[in-house]
This record gives sequence, structure tokens and C-alpha cells, in this order.
Amino acid sequence: MIKALEKLGTEVLDGLEMAGRTCNLLLLTLWQMLQPPYRFYPIVRQMYFIGARSISLIIISGVTIGMVLGLQFYYILARFGSVNLLGQGVALGVIRELGPVMTALMVVGRAGSAITAELGIMRTTSQIDALECMAISPGKFMVGPKVIAGILSVPLLTHIFDFVALFGGYFVGVVMFSVPEGSYMNGMVDAVQWVDVRLGLVKSLIFGLLVTLICCAQGYYMHLTKAGSQGAEGVSFVTTNAVVLSSIAVLFSDFLIGALLP
Amino acid sequence: MTSPTPSLNITGNAIEVRKLTVDYGARRILSNIDLDIPSGKVSVIMGGSGTGKSTLLRCILGLKLPTSGSIHMLGTDITTATTAQLYQLRKQTGVAFQGGALFSSMSVAENIQLALREHTNLDESTIQIMTRIKLDMVDMLHAEHLMPSELSGGMTKRAALARAIIMDPKLLFFDEPSAGLDPSTSAELDELILLLRDSLKMTIVVVTHELESAFKIADQISIMGKGIILATGTPEEIRASADPEVQGLLHRKPRETVVDTEAHLKALVGETS
Ligand SMILES: Nc1ncnc2c1ncn2[C@@H]1O[C@H](COP(=O)(O)OP(=O)(O)O)[C@@H](O)[C@H]1O
Ligand SMILES: [Mg+2]
Repeated sequence: MIKALEKLGTEVLDGLEMAGRTCNLLLLTLWQMLQPPYRFYPIVRQMYFIGARSISLIIISGVTIGMVLGLQFYYILARFGSVNLLGQGVALGVIRELGPVMTALMVVGRAGSAITAELGIMRTTSQIDALECMAISPGKFMVGPKVIAGILSVPLLTHIFDFVALFGGYFVGVVMFSVPEGSYMNGMVDAVQWVDVRLGLVKSLIFGLLVTLICCAQGYYMHLTKAGSQGAEGVSFVTTNAVVLSSIAVLFSDFLIGALLP
Repeated sequence: MTSPTPSLNITGNAIEVRKLTVDYGARRILSNIDLDIPSGKVSVIMGGSGTGKSTLLRCILGLKLPTSGSIHMLGTDITTATTAQLYQLRKQTGVAFQGGALFSSMSVAENIQLALREHTNLDESTIQIMTRIKLDMVDMLHAEHLMPSELSGGMTKRAALARAIIMDPKLLFFDEPSAGLDPSTSAELDELILLLRDSLKMTIVVVTHELESAFKIADQISIMGKGIILATGTPEEIRASADPEVQGLLHRKPRETVVDTEAHLKALVGETS
């Protein structure tokens, strides 16, 4: 019992320590990115990796989620005889909630895990030390471009997701269940207001930052954790950790933002 | 720059390590080390594996903070230096790591050019020419476009050396240059190290456990035991050393023989008496 409590205590302390390091990495990177010279090409490269190469995944999952949403909303609304609200239900659900969250989770799985593995391997094979010794800040060279690319890419991907999800909902509602096209489209246009779009945008910006930052920190500070001395196994451990932690961070901050921002 | 960086004369010390103590967690790795690295010379740090040679190097490079003690490099105490001072020093320092530490996503040429691209405004053709000069010095011109994963152990070490000298540093650190290399490649690397000292007047620190190579290139040799420096001196002085542990290392004797056989056997099966 005491043993279990002790273990819980160390786990909590380790977690807090890692959270502190993650904030530290953010400040460090921010500071280093402000120093000249400014390079844009690395950011573009990371945007290609995080953003462009995720587009097909985003389109497939967006259409699917849109269709599922159209289906379920149709059955529910049909019970109350108000299928003319279908356009509004799908649009608001996607733009306020599912678009940003699902996009962020897709980016965690596709790009976040790769970011942690890359930095973890660079740490275990002294490549990060080598950068330091060449007077090149790893924060500026490795971490900064990834985080900025995340902040820029996730909102863009979210918009693509939203668009194709609305199309998926349209397909199910109008084409499959013959909901009048006019009521679907007008409902959608009338229901969605600036605050809804703003909420989605704020969420996706914050998710982009959280996901890339947490994934970078897990790899970058790998040597300071238990996993640091375990080589390849350690890399796989921190990668799993990064996926779990950044997913939880996305879901939890989704609730927080939703509660703070109407 | 706010740092007073006195330029040292040729006969001075490039690096002065004083009372250096280093721990990893609760384990003491280095205790109370004093070491002078003379300018413009080749200094060899020699010792068995696990004695803390790489750790000493990491401290000198500012990658690991010591528990106590000071390390002056080119006049600046790196244990108290600001990041800006540290980076200023590192621009005059080249390091070839034990495993090479080449950036795995870049080709050999890109690895070598990185520092030039980051720290200078040279035009593309100059960068290409400088890259080829360094690659030629380490006999790696043919491997310019290969990726690090396509290199053999010896090629990796030579590429790492080329990367370390691309900025013509004042100080060059080389961790285990000849470990795991065939004798002729290892001899070539020794020649290259001497060439760098003589032609570019570099101060070179080589960490190794290879006796032959150490005595061939060294102006000064420091012998390390577990966490301490047993002796420092010219190759002749080291050969003449009376320290039994130094002599043991020089004559490749196994470490002290087991006295209490029973206790040793107990330790092996995990019993403590
Ligand atoms: N990152 C580390 N964490 C904990 N212990 C370490 C670490 N690096 C090295 N050590 C320990 O320090 C000692 C000296 O290691 P090292 O400096 O690599 O030796 P050498 O280079 O002489 O072979 C070894 O006992 C090793 O286990
Ligand atoms: Mg070593």
C-alpha cells in the first residue's frame, strides 16, 4: 500500500517535472527563434511534413465523420420530425467540436509520433549534442520549425476537415435521405456564426501548439527520464508517451476552451 | 561580447581543468580532476573503458555540468559562462563524437556544410569547394553524396572528423578515433591528426584506449583510472612512470588479481558477506 502510494507520488512528481520542462522548452525555443538569422525554409519543410502529407488522411476521416454525423443526426431528428435542422446540426458539430479535435488527433498519430521518435533518436545518438557543439541552437534548428509548422498547419487542416465533413453530411442528408437541399444549405448558413468559426480556429491553433510542443519535449528531454539510458526501447517508450499525453492534452484543453469561450 | 577573452600565447594552456568532480545521480564518475591542455599540441587522454574519458570530454564541451570544480577554455570558465559566451567558444571548437553523431537525415556533404551555412555568408560555390577540401583531407571525396546509414564505421569517423574541422577550429576534440578501425585506416587518421596540428596549429585533444596510436601522436598523455587521472606527462615520462596502474595499462596487464576467491565467487552468485 505504502509502496503503491510511493510509486504514485514519484509518477506525479515525474509528470510535473516533465510539464515544467515542456514549458521551459517553449520559452527557450521562443527566445532562440527571436534571434537572427531568420530562416523560413525549415518551417516550410515541416509544414510539408506535418501538413501537406496529412491531407489525404484528413480528407478520408473528414468525409467519414461527416457521413456518420449526418446519419446519426438524421435518425435522431427524424424522431422529432425536424430533419430540416440536419444542416445546422452537422455544421455546428463539425465546426465547433469535431473538426478541430479529430484533426489534432490525426496529427498526433501521423506527425506527432514521428517528431518524438526523430528527436529521441537524435538525443540517443548524440546528434543534439553535436548541434550544440557546432553552436547551433537545437531549439531553433529542430524544435522551433516543428512547433511553428504545427501552429500553422493544424488550423489549415482543420478547415479542410470541416469542408469535407460538411460535404459528407450533405451527401447523407440530401442525396441518401432526400432532405430538401434548400433547407439543408440554408440551415447551415444561418446557423453558423462568427463565434462558432472563431471557437474552431482558437481550438485548432492551441491544439497545433500543444501537440507539436509536447511531442518535441518528449523526444528532446528523453535523456533526463528513465527512458534515457534504454536506447531504442527508450525511444519507443517516449513515443508512446508523447502520443498518449498529447491526445489527453487535446481532449482536456478542448473542454477548457469550450468552457471559457462560449 | 562582455567576456574578457585574453588571447593566450603559444606556450599557454588552451584548457585548464581544476578540481573537477562529476556525478551521474548518486554515482561519482569523476573526482577532483586537474588537467592542463597545452595550446598547439596533441594531448591524449587514455584509459580503460568506463573510466570516465567521454564524461570528462562532455564536461569540457559544456554538455554536462560538473558537481564542482572549474574548466577554463581559452580563458573563459565554461561552468559559469553565459549561453552566448559558450556559443562563441563553440564556434572555435570542433568535435568528433565517439559514434560519429552525423545527422542521419542529411548526406555526408550536407553534414559537413551545416556549420558553414549557419555561421557564415559564403556563397554556394565556396561552400562546395571547402567541403571537398575537407572531404579530400579525410579521403572521403567518393562518399560525398552518401547518407550516414550507408557508411562503414571507419567512414563515419572520417566524415565526423571532416565535419569537426570545417570551420578550421582552434580546438579539436576527438573521442575514440581509432576504436574499431582496421590498422591502416587508424594509421591514416593518426597522420591526419598530426597534419592538423602542424599545418593549422590546432590544439587537439584525443580520447583513446589504443596504446600504439596514443604514443605515436601525443605530445602529452594523461592516463585515467576509474574517475581519476593517474599520471600526466610526455610519452617518455609516462613510459618511465613508477605507478603500477599506469605500468599495468602500458603492458596490457589484467587489472589486479582476485585475492579473496571465496568472496569473489559469492559476489558472482549474488551473495554479500
Ligand atoms: N548518461 C549517463 N548516465 C549515467 N551514467 C553514465 C552516463 N554516461 C556515462 N555514465 C557512466 O559514467 C562512467 C564513465 O563513462 P564514460 O565517460 O562513457 O567512459 P569512457 O568514455 O571512459 O569509456 C561509466 O561508468 C558510465 O556508466
Ligand atoms: Mg567513451
